[in-house]
Amino acid sequence: MAQARLKAPPAPPGTPRRPGLEEAAALWWRPEVTEATLRRDGRRWTIWTAAIAVVFTAPGVGLLLLSPWTLPIAIGCFAHAWIVPWLQARRGARSVVPLGSARSRTEDRTAEGVALGLLGDLVAHRERDLLQTTGLVLQRGRLGAWLVGERGALMVRPGGRRVDCWCVRVAEVERLPAGDRVAHLLLALREDEAGFAMVANLGFSGARWRVRRGLAESARPALAEARRTARS
Amino acid sequence: MGRLVRLDRTGHTTLVEWSAGEVGSHDEAVEAFRRELEAGMLASVPKADGTAEVVRELPADAELVVLRRPIAGG
Repeated sequence: MAQARLKAPPAPPGTPRRPGLEEAAALWWRPEVTEATLRRDGRRWTIWTAAIAVVFTAPGVGLLLLSPWTLPIAIGCFAHAWIVPWLQARRGARSVVPLGSARSRTEDRTAEGVALGLLGDLVAHRERDLLQTTGLVLQRGRLGAWLVGERGALMVRPGGRRVDCWCVRVAEVERLPAGDRVAHLLLALREDEAGFAMVANLGFSGARWRVRRGLAESARPALAEARRTARS
Repeated sequence: MGRLVRLDRTGHTTLVEWSAGEVGSHDEAVEAFRRELEAGMLASVPKADGTAEVVRELPADAELVVLRRPIAGG
């Protein structure tokens, strides 16, 4: 059976089997992802970011109050307060790999064409156009508006202000075309949104503008479209 | 007319097609479907409303059944 399932410890006797996504059913020990758990995780990320800003800014301010000659060290503190949250948001944004991007893995052009043909059949006109220009597939869900790449996914939360970045991939044993990897993730998301979020790992949650900064220029229109979808 | 498609390194492969009018074609499709599931593939039926359904038995009335590999946290 699937590699992922072989690695999973067996569920204790009497544990009810989770319906929906097969991969999520194998992760019986993980809690369900709901609106409430996403809100809680979002708050934790905000607190963490604020804590980093305070921890590095406060010593800088303190040093300047002691003596203006400590300015170079204080600048170092302020730089840390800025760069650590920036790096976290950037890493979150980079967890999604758009189709055709510099980090995209395309080896067999013929296979890629075949894979893109099927992927094109799976999405509607609007999503197909967005896929062509940005390399990301937009999927409206109950938890938010998703953007799926060949690896990773972004979810714009309802209201459009917060973006959750998810690390997720195909547990492949052979080199699949990039279009096929997108199709895998898209189908899994469509099968069971909460299960998809349960299998994926939340890598970052924060303001949309922070994630946007870390995205490639070509992928940014997809985030804007996802925001519109999440607000409607 | 139904189509059983596997996502693989070639892009995708149509394993078998079946129709109500073709006697035995569905049985052949069921065989192929079971073989793929035993090999670790997962089956999904895309719906017109933009959702998909996990299936463990081959639905006779589905137009397209897609076999995919499992996903995992990255």
